[in-house]
Amino acid sequence: MITKRIIPCLDVKNGRVVKGVNFEGLRDMADPVEMARMYNQAGADELVFYDITASYEGRTLFTDILTQVAREIFIPLTVGGGINTLEDFDRVLKCGADKVSVNSGAIRDPGLISRAARRYGDQCVVLSVDVKRVDGQFRVFAKGGREDTGLDALDWIVQGVKNGAGEICLNSIDTDGVKQGFDLEMLDAVAALVDVPIIASGGAGCKEDFLELFHHKGMDAGLAASIFHTQKVPIGELKKYLRYNNIEVRL
Amino acid sequence: MIAIVDYGVGNLFSLSSSLKALDQQVEVTADPRVLDRADRIILPGVGAFGDAMAKLEATGLVPVVKELAARKPLLGICLGMQLLFEESLEYGRHKGLGFIPGQVAPLRPDLKDPGLKVPHMGWNALHILKDDPLFQYIREGEYVYYVHSYYGKDCMESTLATSDYSVPVTGVVRRGLVWGAQFHPEKSGDTGLRILRAFSQL
Repeated sequence: MITKRIIPCLDVKNGRVVKGVNFEGLRDMADPVEMARMYNQAGADELVFYDITASYEGRTLFTDILTQVAREIFIPLTVGGGINTLEDFDRVLKCGADKVSVNSGAIRDPGLISRAARRYGDQCVVLSVDVKRVDGQFRVFAKGGREDTGLDALDWIVQGVKNGAGEICLNSIDTDGVKQGFDLEMLDAVAALVDVPIIASGGAGCKEDFLELFHHKGMDAGLAASIFHTQKVPIGELKKYLRYNNIEVRL
Repeated sequence: MIAIVDYGVGNLFSLSSSLKALDQQVEVTADPRVLDRADRIILPGVGAFGDAMAKLEATGLVPVVKELAARKPLLGICLGMQLLFEESLEYGRHKGLGFIPGQVAPLRPDLKDPGLKVPHMGWNALHILKDDPLFQYIREGEYVYYVHSYYGKDCMESTLATSDYSVPVTGVVRRGLVWGAQFHPEKSGDTGLRILRAFSQL
């Protein structure tokens, strides 16, 4: 059967991985290419590269890195950050990305999802959403979680899937960085409404959190950054633990 | 030299990179002379069947591919595998290349577990039904990466391997010198590379 997926996320700024980087045993602990190699060996099922550079130079550096990774790492690569137009899709797909994740770009221009899905197929378009509870409502936040858009997250996600998003990456701002577990209430609410794969993000602190996640219906993948980067939760061990607990994973 | 047929469908970067990582000479081409020189041919593809078949026909390469497949190994990948079939039911009824008897049909109505998602996307174990030189470097049950909503059916005679998605999903087919893989070997990590290595030695 199809496996649950474990996905490390690499935030790249000016050619370096930032956020919670403290990798033992790597010569250059923040080199995205070296980290990608390591994660590939460790058994990551997919890699997400998030470009958090704002400058033109940073962007060029990012695509160079992506190309280098895609030349030697042969697992699915998802790219996000600064995706606002079809040209941005084109740019990263040509460098070897398999899926492209849109977030703020889709909020500014909701037609982006359908245009991209028509051109590249639904499977290529990941709708990434940063969500936070405001007055008892799940609200979409933009600009890296700084700005309340006023949009209802559940409506936004359902609409995004209708428009052709082939996968949802749901990041709960409420649990992000707290390391007390994924936001299962929020994830369940989304899983009840859509039938595309859901990547859970935000809140994982230990391997038990992943086991709990995968006991919930409709959860396909767990994404995290610093707990993998710091090897607090080594991917190989995590996957063995999941397999031992009857969750099918690729070992 | 391995020639990857370039008919304007999909992204060939990973595929050619994976073959280069195996020290293979690769040419991405729509030139019949290059295809003729090649030792092996790969037919890639993503997107919709009808559209891809129309593009392949537009290149004029259909008779070339048919002729070459009689005398050198050809591997269709993902939609490239589906094109090897007689026909597909994706958005209408479309004729394929006809190497593999059978039909490409939507996965959704055939799933025994309606809770499963379509596309069938992610890593799934490959169950080997018939031994084949293509599998010489892999074992039973290794994981490969799939992304598709349609699948080859009524093709049991040509089926070498399947993956379980509440129905057996056709994973690898073969007839003569024509092989097809529904999954993406170029995205299936080390397992995928070993399948491509075996192909490069066929």
